[in-house]
Amino acid sequence: MDLFDKFEPLLQAKAKLPFEDGDPFTVCMEKVISQTEAIINGRHTVLAGTNNYLGLTFDRTCIEAAHQALDEQGTGTTGSRVLNGTYAGHRGLEEALAEFYGTAHAMVFSTGYQANLGMISTLCGPKDFLLIDADSHASIYDGCKMGDATVVRFRHNDANDLDKRLRRIDASAGRLVVLEGLYSMLGDRAPLKELVAVAKAHGASVLVDEAHSLGVYGATGRGVSQEDGVEDQVDFIVGTFSKSVGTIGGFCVSNHPKFEVMRLVCRPYLFTASLPPSVVASATAAVKVMGRSPELREQLWRNARQLHDGLEKLGFSLGAPVSPISAVKISDQATAMRFWAGLLKAGVYVNLAFPPATPQGIYLLRCSLSAAHTPEQIAFMLEKFKEVGLALGEIGPNRVSETRPAGADARTIASPLTAGAAAATG
Amino acid sequence: MTINKDSLTEETIFAEVCRLLGPFNKRGVSVTRTTNFSSDLELDSLAVMDLLAEIEDHFDITVPLNVLPDLEKVGDVSAAVLKIIKG
Repeated sequence: MDLFDKFEPLLQAKAKLPFEDGDPFTVCMEKVISQTEAIINGRHTVLAGTNNYLGLTFDRTCIEAAHQALDEQGTGTTGSRVLNGTYAGHRGLEEALAEFYGTAHAMVFSTGYQANLGMISTLCGPKDFLLIDADSHASIYDGCKMGDATVVRFRHNDANDLDKRLRRIDASAGRLVVLEGLYSMLGDRAPLKELVAVAKAHGASVLVDEAHSLGVYGATGRGVSQEDGVEDQVDFIVGTFSKSVGTIGGFCVSNHPKFEVMRLVCRPYLFTASLPPSVVASATAAVKVMGRSPELREQLWRNARQLHDGLEKLGFSLGAPVSPISAVKISDQATAMRFWAGLLKAGVYVNLAFPPATPQGIYLLRCSLSAAHTPEQIAFMLEKFKEVGLALGEIGPNRVSETRPAGADARTIASPLTAGAAAATG
Repeated sequence: MTINKDSLTEETIFAEVCRLLGPFNKRGVSVTRTTNFSSDLELDSLAVMDLLAEIEDHFDITVPLNVLPDLEKVGDVSAAVLKIIKG
């Protein structure tokens, strides 16, 4: 028995897909030109799927801070945070985050994935319950799998369903409700007011992952918790540096008086090397830039509305109301692949997303916008969506039926492959 | 709707699981206890979790996601539900 035999059905399913125009799993940015443009397959391409919401990857202050840290402190720490991997910069970044959120504690992880993995698997033990939203990101599901708690899933964004499920659980047990501010695939935000109120009525703790909402929502960009006025009710906020902050890393902030013990018990924090000094320096600079630059958020929302309204006007069906993520629903897998390849050939890169990385078995062309996009670039995206959409009959007079039967091919691609695709957006 | 849990048997639970499975059985496969979710019904883990949500609500129970890896066949689900109800 070869260990790889179990992947055979997946490889066969992949082989059946129409890859004639390009493989979405092997895209390479041959040359990065700016936050919004790159060379792909030798072609100049506008990037509309990078989660670079504020465009800070090329911010001068952030680049200069990274350069200085690199020159002065070297390329890496070569150690865990609890051994030799805590530099003054790591402390400084945690202080900057605590100040930004107004919390007593902040803890930096090496990726956003590890922040969720670590917090979720460590906070809840064998006698505790984790309540997670059905549409949770892979890092939340994996955190549940890594821990020993009993895991209960509630219907997406449904406060009544959460209430019902909490009622069935022994109220004397430890319970953590895990939510996301903005769900990354469809771009729909959580009704945090209602969900947090239900959790608190049952005496449960709340963790909100603001990965896609940091820098995007709230008066100072702290996320949907801030926008909905529930920050004082949220026990743990998790976030990432790999979207609005423009680099890599993750964090958790909290006011819990015993929070610091996490540094001694959280394995994804303990048993991995800490972030390199240059990454820490650019993240620290970016958190500060984010706090003092409301104009970036305003520009991002203008851009988001231009794309969202434009796509709707063209006749596309979108996954959610306006947000920096516009998820265009495509009628079937083959059309989604051809549409994605058609856009790439025309010079527009978006994310192609399949079930089970997407909910409800739908196929998506997922666009995410940046404050750095120009109105002209967005007009270009819309023009290409129109051309390819008309050619494939997704819009216009040749539009195909919206309700194609979900055939045998509707769920052919199993999780490892889409998990890879989702990793790009998560 | 309240269900008299004392009167439930594996037989009646299996019948209810089959009924709730209906909307997920897009290929119209005839379902037995050995019908496999993945190979026979072509359901991915997300679809199986959605089915479990329906089952939880119907029987007013908690089916933790932790048991998911053990639920390969339809009969595994009715057995798991019976175990949860009878304690």
